[in-house]
Amino acid sequence: MNQDTQSYAIELEGISKRFGAVQANKDIALRVPAGTIHGIIGENGAGKSTLMSIIYGFYEADAGVIKVDGQAVDIHNSQDAIKAGIGMVHQHFMLVDNFTVLENIVLGAEGGALLKQGLNAARKELKRLEQEYSLDVDIDAKVEDLPVGLQQRVEILKALYRGAKVLILDEPTGVLTPQEADHLFRILSSLTEQGVTVLLITHKLREILASTNNVSVMRQGEMVAHRVTAETDKDELAELMVGKKVRLKVDKEAAQPKQTVLSAEQLCVSDSQGVERLKKVSLELKAGEILGIAGVSGNGQSELLNVLSGITPMSSGSIAFAGQRITAEQPKTAAQMRALHMAHVPEDRHKMGLVTGFEAYEAAVLGYHDADTYNGKILMKRQAMVEECQARMAAWDVRPLNPHLKTANFSGGNQQKIVIAREVEQNPEVLLIGQPTRGVDIGAIENIHEQIVKLRDAGKAILLVSVELDEIMALSDRILVMFDGAVVGHVSAEEADERTLGLMMANAWQEPQGASA
Amino acid sequence: MFETLILILDATLRVSTPLILAALAGLFSERSGIVDIGLEGKLLGGAFAAAAAAAVFGSAWIGLLFAIAASVSLALIHGFACITHRGDHIVSGVAINTIVAGLTVTLGLDWFSQGGQTPALTGAARFTPITLPFADQVAEVPVLGLIYSELLSGHNILVYVAFLMVPLTYWVVFKTRFGLRLRAVGENPHAVDTAGISVAWVRYRAVILCGVLCGIAGAYLSTAHNAGFLKDMSAGKGYMALAALIFGKWRPVPVLLACLLFGFLDAVAVRLQGVSLPVIGEVPVQAIEVLPYVLTVLLLAGFIGKAVGPKAIGKPYVKERA
Repeated sequence: MNQDTQSYAIELEGISKRFGAVQANKDIALRVPAGTIHGIIGENGAGKSTLMSIIYGFYEADAGVIKVDGQAVDIHNSQDAIKAGIGMVHQHFMLVDNFTVLENIVLGAEGGALLKQGLNAARKELKRLEQEYSLDVDIDAKVEDLPVGLQQRVEILKALYRGAKVLILDEPTGVLTPQEADHLFRILSSLTEQGVTVLLITHKLREILASTNNVSVMRQGEMVAHRVTAETDKDELAELMVGKKVRLKVDKEAAQPKQTVLSAEQLCVSDSQGVERLKKVSLELKAGEILGIAGVSGNGQSELLNVLSGITPMSSGSIAFAGQRITAEQPKTAAQMRALHMAHVPEDRHKMGLVTGFEAYEAAVLGYHDADTYNGKILMKRQAMVEECQARMAAWDVRPLNPHLKTANFSGGNQQKIVIAREVEQNPEVLLIGQPTRGVDIGAIENIHEQIVKLRDAGKAILLVSVELDEIMALSDRILVMFDGAVVGHVSAEEADERTLGLMMANAWQEPQGASA
Repeated sequence: MFETLILILDATLRVSTPLILAALAGLFSERSGIVDIGLEGKLLGGAFAAAAAAAVFGSAWIGLLFAIAASVSLALIHGFACITHRGDHIVSGVAINTIVAGLTVTLGLDWFSQGGQTPALTGAARFTPITLPFADQVAEVPVLGLIYSELLSGHNILVYVAFLMVPLTYWVVFKTRFGLRLRAVGENPHAVDTAGISVAWVRYRAVILCGVLCGIAGAYLSTAHNAGFLKDMSAGKGYMALAALIFGKWRPVPVLLACLLFGFLDAVAVRLQGVSLPVIGEVPVQAIEVLPYVLTVLLLAGFIGKAVGPKAIGKPYVKERA
């Protein structure tokens, strides 16, 4: 290794950042050789984006030193970072949709109080940049009329126009088609030939292996390893990324799956932009089993929950449930699905599971408020609601045991218990449950896990979505892995280990064929 | 008939002036993403300050300065609530309107003891009509002479200022660096922030400009169009300006046309007061006065084109935690 003789475009020493109780970055050290593509990988919440936001001046680090070209620099805001020659392409593009490409590029670097000269100068400079880096874009087109791949190119041009020598890309391929992604990597490698240094943040192992010179791995806010890409492989990286975690223990008997209660065929969902978010997902859910859905967040799990529960319409495919066939032509609403005994604990309890301004007893009937038990036609049966809530809270050990407390004032774990109790006590046939223990304290996690297993043993079918691999592995009887809107892996609980799942989540898994793994 | 039309158009210009100034004021504010339902309050506050200062100092120009100062102060309060403290824009705006409606009368009573009015303004304490060169000489020329001498000439300076503000606003919003940032901040403040520009500072400047223009509009009401301040003299003009702003789709020239249309309807309403038309009979004035609002509602409902405002309007800017 001749690293000591190399010059570094970026050096980080002891960077730490805390958000409230969360240590997002802890004593991070990183050296990025000039003119290379340096990958940074890690799971959700590993602290990659925070670290990059610190380099770009969006947040200030609590401690640590940032050096650019060997010189320590003070970066307090984005302006400082831009001056130091750092540019960033954000995951969500920072473009003004109804501006032209040219206007977007000069925004913040207009070169004078009047636009005209600035725009003309920029026009010339952009011609040069476009040729030098072969980045063709129609600079007079409106950004909203461009496909995402080109919008990303505008972001890159924007950074280069400001003289960026270091380019940070945050999950750049998340929104791109495979062809667009290939093109992007060709652009990036030509950038490094021109002396630009690229920092690439991703959770996709393939991209790291295919395009980077070096790679650093982050886990839970810490930098856990640095590797030369050519000297590592996907197995090592996947293991470093996921880590050897203490196995979560859940006492449970082997599952005794019975008849299929829900089956989905070729489900597709498109978002409002027409982008396909769920791609031909098929699955079967049996009574008496827990089917875990693993994956890095944003790979279609939310869409799957929403389409199964009737919240978002499917664009094609079908669901067979409770003797009904649900298709795009014959959809069912969330209320109709509930009436067929499908319960849903949504991933985001604040946005979808609760009305945080409601008192506990009110939140405890949401979605079932029309049932005769609660609804007295003109007035709600308040007394009955409060009494039932009180009994449930006692049974689920919700603290404090006060049905009149606002749900916002319960801790995360107790809020979650209120939601889960509400859904489970309706005695559903199928329970869809998303991120059941997100933001929940350890004690409550155990309790919630026990309840889920108990429900399974009572012969119910459970679909569990979680980004916590431990949780998936501890609870599930079968595991599906999602990537980019599609199911990419299917393993039974016995076969599952972190490495296999980690590789599947990064879409880097290949069936073992003889000796090659 | 022609003469009547000229007279109605002449009145249109006079009624449109405060609408144009206030609507352009709103344009600056709303293009930056700050909803301004408080145009009404700033207009009224400006009118009171102008009349009070003009009465004390005997100068319409000093009145104008006070009007601008009062209106900008109100605008800064709105900015402080909405930009610095990320408050609700509507609540803040309505609060300003309510406070000003009460405060002007209370202060007026205390200072001048004339039932909430300011003393009648005369002479230099008012903006007086300006006769354009040769207006008298060409008055006899058919058609064009009448248009020049009656319609174009004989307005006070603030009317001309209002009309000049339209191209000026267009130039600022579309041809300057400030304008580019202003439009960007109302569409996607995150883009502005990551470009290294302070979102708050751009918005504050927009709000101050809004205050200046509302101040001029207020001064027009009390020291040019009228001769003194009357309780609630803005009479919903701020809201009508807001309607014109939406009707003109946040663009200077269409906003001007919307203001002229609304002003015209107002002038016609005054003209038709008590007049019995053939066939229809007497038209209730209110039926015409309500038209600007009806038109705006129709527009918003999508019957006449489509009004799409700045995307980030009304949303407080919070740096998101990644």
